[in-house]
Amino acid sequence: MRWPARNPWLIAGLALIVAATAVVFAVVDRVPDPEMSATLAQRKPDVARGEYLAVLGDCAFCHTRSGGQPYAGGRALATPMGVIYSSNITPDRETGIGSYTLGDFVRVMRLGVTPDGTRLYPAMPYTAYAKVSDEDLQDLFAYMQTSPAPVREASRATNILWPLSIRWPLAFWNLAFLDRSRFIADGSREAQWNRGAYLVQGLAHCGTCHTPRGLLFEEKDVSGRTALYLSGTEFDGASPINLRGNSGDGLGRWSTADIATLLQSGRNANSAVTGAMADAVRHSTQYMTDQDVAAIAVYLKSLSPAPERGRASFIASDSTIGSIMAGSERSPGGRIYLDSCAACHRLSGSGENSTFPTLAGNPSVLSSDPSSLIGVILVGARAPSTVAAPSGLAMPGFGWRYNDADIAALATFTRSSWGNSAPPVAAAQVAKIRDLLRISRPDF
Amino acid sequence: MATTSKPVDVVIVGFGWTGAIMAIELAQAGLSVLALERGEDATTVPNWAYPKVVDEISQSARNGLLQNLSKTTVTIRHHKNDRALPYRQIGSFKPGTGVGGAGIHWSGVHSRVMPQELRLRSHVTERYGARFIPEGMTLQDWGVTYEELEPHFDRFEQVCGTSGKAANIQGRKLDGGNPFEAPRSHEFPLPPLTDPPTSVLFAKATRELGYHPYPLPAANASRPYTNPYGCQLGPCNFCGFCSDYGCINYSKASPQTTILPVLYRMPNFALRTQAHVLKVNTDSTGKVATGVTYIDAQGHEVEQPAALVVLAAFHLHNVRLMLSSGIGQPYDPDTGQGTVGRNFCYQLLNSVNLFFNQNVYINQFMGAGGVGQAIEDFYADNFDHGKLGFIGGGVIWGRQTGNGPVRGIPLPPGSPTWGSGWKTAVKQNFLHAGRIESQLSNMAYRGCYLDLDPTYRDAYGTPLLRMTLNWQDNDLRMSEFFGEKLSQIGNAMGAISMSGRVLKRGDNWDTRAYQSTHINGGTAMGADPKTSVLNKYLQSWDVSNLFVLGANTFAHGIGYNPTGLVGALTYWAAANIRTNYLQNPGPLVRR
Repeated sequence: MRWPARNPWLIAGLALIVAATAVVFAVVDRVPDPEMSATLAQRKPDVARGEYLAVLGDCAFCHTRSGGQPYAGGRALATPMGVIYSSNITPDRETGIGSYTLGDFVRVMRLGVTPDGTRLYPAMPYTAYAKVSDEDLQDLFAYMQTSPAPVREASRATNILWPLSIRWPLAFWNLAFLDRSRFIADGSREAQWNRGAYLVQGLAHCGTCHTPRGLLFEEKDVSGRTALYLSGTEFDGASPINLRGNSGDGLGRWSTADIATLLQSGRNANSAVTGAMADAVRHSTQYMTDQDVAAIAVYLKSLSPAPERGRASFIASDSTIGSIMAGSERSPGGRIYLDSCAACHRLSGSGENSTFPTLAGNPSVLSSDPSSLIGVILVGARAPSTVAAPSGLAMPGFGWRYNDADIAALATFTRSSWGNSAPPVAAAQVAKIRDLLRISRPDF
Repeated sequence: MATTSKPVDVVIVGFGWTGAIMAIELAQAGLSVLALERGEDATTVPNWAYPKVVDEISQSARNGLLQNLSKTTVTIRHHKNDRALPYRQIGSFKPGTGVGGAGIHWSGVHSRVMPQELRLRSHVTERYGARFIPEGMTLQDWGVTYEELEPHFDRFEQVCGTSGKAANIQGRKLDGGNPFEAPRSHEFPLPPLTDPPTSVLFAKATRELGYHPYPLPAANASRPYTNPYGCQLGPCNFCGFCSDYGCINYSKASPQTTILPVLYRMPNFALRTQAHVLKVNTDSTGKVATGVTYIDAQGHEVEQPAALVVLAAFHLHNVRLMLSSGIGQPYDPDTGQGTVGRNFCYQLLNSVNLFFNQNVYINQFMGAGGVGQAIEDFYADNFDHGKLGFIGGGVIWGRQTGNGPVRGIPLPPGSPTWGSGWKTAVKQNFLHAGRIESQLSNMAYRGCYLDLDPTYRDAYGTPLLRMTLNWQDNDLRMSEFFGEKLSQIGNAMGAISMSGRVLKRGDNWDTRAYQSTHINGGTAMGADPKTSVLNKYLQSWDVSNLFVLGANTFAHGIGYNPTGLVGALTYWAAANIRTNYLQNPGPLVRR
């Protein structure tokens, strides 16, 4: 066998490997600088403020499994790569974050890198927390180190398959997609707007669910620079709505008071939250101060409409109720609606004030991706029980009663009635969500 | 050997309407409250989710929400010389079970009480003389006045989001309500429900006859509503599945819709289900309750210590617990001595089906439990009893509660009872038939009482409660009077034929056919410890840290549906516990 000593391709290849390895080490093999202000060390942290910041960040929900100790982790978070389990962030020194320094904490919050250099998956919304100020992170850290009871419970390994389970390439992901800049206030705007923008982009991490992502799971905008920011997407079998000013699938027809009421009680005159947003309201937004909720509402209301192409519109119309009353509504979806939905949502599709959500003009009904609508029909919905509205009003699921084609017809009817004009839903889309939610098909 | 559970401030036995009200009122006062419920927890979704709950076979025919009589029941006889036999199938009355209790399967008719009923003995004596009271009728005053209870009636209506129309707000008379109404502090929280066809015809006919129809107050919400606790109700859609059913869309007031969402958020409240309470424990003096003993889901006996014990189970169980715990002196019908079991009463229901021409559409498939028009021209003492010679009265109504095939479709007299002839008759009549009823008071009698059965025991080894009760001459003569009124009204409504049931002299209590679940009395409240078990605050005369709630506290059977009065009495007791008892535990009334 001949030694290929002079093969220039091989030499070039080897050189490339050496160079790439050097780059990998240069990027990966270091604990990056958390970029804290030098004067922070002189500042005395405020634990009580930190407790409220933990509410704003909704840390407890993801970092507490159901029935588990607060902040001890273990909640399963579905991602496109596989299931990730949240980590123990109690002050336990061995299994929690009790041995963290402030720098360690800020690094993990902003850069997703733990003290031993492990890269976190961006399911931990560090891309949003990168916006958070030094002082806020310092107070949050002071609270996390002192108040939650330490729990000795090892964090659970993910079940992500090789090669995606290799963490170091995330350093390149960060290099490409992590915007390390802090929140920058817009001097041309009111303080209230800036507070809202700071909360939405930072601790409240609204974009984690509501901003569309690219091929590599990167949020397309984390700073509100473009009209794609918070423009709604498809995520884990649901369709977090467009929070921009579109009058069809967005918040264009809502007032700031409508938004504030929804965040504080889980419902407003027109709509109600369920699923992941119900958890956000249950654990976080209902406990926000009136000022912060108002600031968020003002900021969201200021967002220009996302590009209308492919989005639904809504222009209120009484033609549907006219055809129902005339007895001429004969579509399969319309019949199912009259049988199973109209008792609460009414023939007018307008529901009942703060009780049964309106379907006419409801952004969740109109969203480009119908996953949430399909999911609600399949499994039902439950509003969160909040201090402001303790009744966790619920809708039963109909997945056991109707097959995929029926539910597609019903979803299509609701998306095209009372002035709604969203594209139809296909049985295959229902089938996909049904499989994802593991809802069996009717056996008749 | 019983295990002992951690002591609590208050243990509440039973978790229906009265248990839920008492629990939230005392939890809000800062006490640690534990509710023990023998049944299961349940809530609108999933338990009463549409469409599975609107199943006439599982709910109406197989009694899905009712007490399992194979575990515990009562025995029944008409007279103390008869042999009592167990009530083995649901018939005349329907005890509920589980969280929410009968507050789940009730209709929602939400009345108060007529002031004179709470002092009926005094009232009858004043108007007709003491000799007007027949021999053997143990008529007595309740020890509490309407004026004392009024704020609590109001509170319970606000909690339930009751739909109705006031006629007398603090003495100011208003049109559109019940002209016989006692003064109320506020208008109803919601306007009346829309009248269905039966009620429209009933109102027109009774007005033409010179009576005074008014919209029956209903704890079925006519609009979206948020109650003082912050709990929400959705408007009724007249689906016609109220009595026997849990409400599909948060319209019917129940503990689940009006109280529990707030109570369940409170850290000082706890609920244990599948906890069957056997007895109230007392100390060696017998004058202080130390807690209760119950059997848990695994069949283990648990002793639950508590500083305050509240009996909030259904009527039957409250009375039986008093008897089997040996609290108070059992009533003896021979001597008239003793109080526990005394004044056991019921209610008389006369029901008449009306059949109309084919051009009159009643559409009985739709309705709501509480919707209807009613008259009180013959309620309590709103009319002169002097020449009639009976005591008592009742409400006459044209309700439309919804009906379907399994619940039984009434047909005109003479219709075939099976085959194609029956089918044809059903088809001809279903959309054109309605119903009117009179619901009548039932007085207390020396020979009608409750005690422990000497023969039969339940699955837990406790003697069954024994009912000794039959219709008495006074009440049957009253019923005949109402039968004439029903027939007069039915004709005025334009019925072409009528069928139904009116109790008349010679009739005995038939336990097989549904009559009413409004059984009451047995632990009567009152001013005199010789004739009552509880003082006016529903506190045991014998054990001052024991309060007993429910219709078992009534001194006689009123003509109204009892839930409004039961709720108001519970708020009244809770208010007095909060403002008086907790400051100074001990008897609130000296004997």
